Amino acid sequence: MKKTILGALTVASFGLPAMAQDNIEVTLGVLNDRSGVYADLSGEGSVVAARMAVEDFDAASKGLDVEVISADHQNKPDIASNIARQWYDQDGVDAILDVPTSSTALAVADITAQANKILIDSGAGSTQLTGEQCQPTTIHWTYDTAALAKGTGGAVTEAGDKKWFFLTADYAFGHSLEEETMKIVEESGGEIVGSVRHPFPATDFSSFLLQAQASGADVIGLANAGGDTVNAIKQASEFGITQSGQSLAALLMFITDVHALGAQTAQGLVLTEAFYWDHDDETREWSARFEEKFGSKPTMVHAGVYSGTMHYLRAVEATGSTDGDVVAEWMKANEFDDPLFGEGYVRKDGRVIHDMHLYEVKTPDESTGEWDLYKHVSTIPGEEAFLPMEGSGCAFANES
Amino acid sequence: MFELLGIPPQVLMGQLLLGLINGSFYAVLSLGLAVIFGLLNIINFSHGAQYMLGAFVAWMLLEYLGINYWWALLLAPVIVGATGIVLEKLALRRLYHLDHLYGLLLTFGVALIIQGLFRNYYGISGLPYQIPSQLSGGQNLGFMFLPNYRGWVVVASVVVCFGTWFVIEKTRLGAYLRAATENPTLVGAFGINVPLMIMLTYGFGVALAGFAGVLAAPIYSVNPNMGADLIIVVFAVVVIGGMGSIMGAIVTGFGLGIVEGLTKVFYPAGSAVVIFVIMAIVLMIKPEGLFGRNN
Repeated sequence: MKKTILGALTVASFGLPAMAQDNIEVTLGVLNDRSGVYADLSGEGSVVAARMAVEDFDAASKGLDVEVISADHQNKPDIASNIARQWYDQDGVDAILDVPTSSTALAVADITAQANKILIDSGAGSTQLTGEQCQPTTIHWTYDTAALAKGTGGAVTEAGDKKWFFLTADYAFGHSLEEETMKIVEESGGEIVGSVRHPFPATDFSSFLLQAQASGADVIGLANAGGDTVNAIKQASEFGITQSGQSLAALLMFITDVHALGAQTAQGLVLTEAFYWDHDDETREWSARFEEKFGSKPTMVHAGVYSGTMHYLRAVEATGSTDGDVVAEWMKANEFDDPLFGEGYVRKDGRVIHDMHLYEVKTPDESTGEWDLYKHVSTIPGEEAFLPMEGSGCAFANES
Repeated sequence: MFELLGIPPQVLMGQLLLGLINGSFYAVLSLGLAVIFGLLNIINFSHGAQYMLGAFVAWMLLEYLGINYWWALLLAPVIVGATGIVLEKLALRRLYHLDHLYGLLLTFGVALIIQGLFRNYYGISGLPYQIPSQLSGGQNLGFMFLPNYRGWVVVASVVVCFGTWFVIEKTRLGAYLRAATENPTLVGAFGINVPLMIMLTYGFGVALAGFAGVLAAPIYSVNPNMGADLIIVVFAVVVIGGMGSIMGAIVTGFGLGIVEGLTKVFYPAGSAVVIFVIMAIVLMIKPEGLFGRNN
């Protein structure tokens, strides 16, 4: 038995260097939440998306040996840091993908820069990633809280709902989303009539919703995420809040959340996303393939992992290197025309600039299937959607 | 009209009513725990998972078999209760002679397994479950809009809670049960099948959790973690009421719902901890709980 293993190892070790001479070995690590609140919007779906990118890029015939591995960071920065260190130091990982939850993403961004590798973040929302805590090797692909605030906050206020009441999750993410949206609302000529902070996570929102109802606001902004948003919307519908003329604006919501609510409850809700599966022929084609492999439609986070991986592989092919600085420089110097995100580019600070879209949730009559949930309201051009680089606090990007 | 600390009375009334509604869930859940602890001496940590099962079974009945809410209200507790009976027969039964801690560990492990399985199959985002059409809409009470469904939750919980209390405290069957837990050997000698009674009692306690789950399905997110979020609060309610006290569980369930509701008006950020603060105070002053017997 022992002999056979030894024999196999010998063969393997003789076999490997021969291959490495021809091909560049690339290891991609998908680091995200695989069991907690963000497991559906990132999780295994992101691994599937990364593998699809490797296949579609046809990496093998272009001289790249790509392997995709994954791990669960449980939304904890310390766990994420440990995995990232081990991946870079021992497992030969060249780039980490996805990393939802802002606190874990910021931790991994620092370690990535020290190791001179690449972080392509799709799942996290903090503007800090390309702001004060920016790193030259961080690429922030899909969305951030500023773009969400701009999309939903701006559009709703300009459409005539001027008076806002905020229902905010009482932790860093909720506060920052609330603050950014308040800023946009006031700039667009709106008014803040009140806000309430609810414990995180919360089950019952009826009490807070009644406070929002009594405030006389036109629109209730939900500065929370995941299960909290789902519960708040479910109960707002139950308490007749939407029927009595107040509208709801979900500031961070993914299609998996809308799917969990169903069109009956979520109808009329306005939200901002970077990607929707039914946007055009290309997104439909890709999403159908994704669904075949994974069993449900992709979220914008999954789409971001796919497109980010594609752009990364293009960079490795072009430069022949997996060195963080070299790859990052190529990714920033070359624009992309992507089937899922359209035309876009990576800004010097690592912020990916692409169009964002405002959607409204369909009514049950309009919806023709369980995933047929959005109708397109408007497109926010990338240059307007994201914060400008000047004044973002990113030191290296604003140097010269 | 008078105002209390700047809160208009109609807002206060509204919050009191909402507190009562949330209290209904605490009451039904803590009642199940109290029945199981009081009669079996098992700290049933899988109660939250069994509550989640109730909601999921209701969803499955509708999704796969087209069975509506009203039948689910009857069937889901029976199905969940039956899983409880299987658990009792296969595992819990072997732990009665051991320390409480073993039952706690076993049921906690079972809860993790159930939640993990559901997370694996149904994901974490939750599933939609509509309010039954007979109970959609609501009444304008002047001081607030009361959804019909929430009114129904309070009525159903009160009936179930006091029905349970009546059976255990006032009927012959309840007397057998209580006697069987005091002295199983003696009661067995009178020809009563004690192990069967104990098994059915555990099944009933678990069915109560399933019942609360069905009640919750239309208004809370039906997801694998829904019970885990709630169970700690419910344990605090049971401790405050007095471990194993049936009436204590019911009264403190409703009462703490109201206290929590009021906290949400005066100091929203404190609403997550107020029940635990009360628990700490009660444990310092009356460690056996408000309604607990000192033995």
